[in-house]
Amino acid sequence: MSSIEQQAKGGNKGDIRYLTPLDIDTKQKVKYCRFKKNGIKYIDYKDADFLMYLVNEQGKILPRRLTGTSLKFQRKVSQAIKRARHLALMPYVGDMLK
Amino acid sequence: MNHYETVFILNPVLSDVQVKETVKKFDDYLVSKGAEMIHKEDWGLKKLAYTIQKKKTGFYHLFEYKVEGEAISPFELEFRRDDSIMRYLTVRLDKHAVDWAEKRKARDKATKN
Repeated sequence: MSSIEQQAKGGNKGDIRYLTPLDIDTKQKVKYCRFKKNGIKYIDYKDADFLMYLVNEQGKILPRRLTGTSLKFQRKVSQAIKRARHLALMPYVGDMLK
Repeated sequence: MNHYETVFILNPVLSDVQVKETVKKFDDYLVSKGAEMIHKEDWGLKKLAYTIQKKKTGFYHLFEYKVEGEAISPFELEFRRDDSIMRYLTVRLDKHAVDWAEKRKARDKATKN
């Protein structure tokens, strides 16, 4: 942040000074496993509307790096989604949520 | 005695009487195998996410019961034989699943009344 004050004060000679100081937030939001945090122990394959959060628009399962879930729960999530798909509660491929 | 949960989908062309009959048939089959029926649910006619056997809707039913392990495969054979059943899924419930089912029943009862 010091660079912002420097920019505002004008910094040293020959430096580029912007009218509004640059404030690029490089710190990434810390991802957390929503199941561990809320203490959810079992992912039910029957409530499809909760599983819809963990699926992208085409109905594909979202990867862990996007959802941030831990490996143990990602396996439970994928198993629950596959069971829901088997029971036609969720589509195998679809263009919903568009 | 393991804890199981079965969800199955019935053909929508069946009349209500036939639906009750088939559900009763499977229920009696389980009781004859010495199962202890814990919970039964009827989700009624629901829209399927994709067409099964050229049908877009189906009657959903849920059985939750306790039974000996070896009673499951003949039970599923019954499902395969009956052609009014479009889809079935039997799942063994571990302890987390069991108390989730309790919570779910309590929540449904709360929302109902």
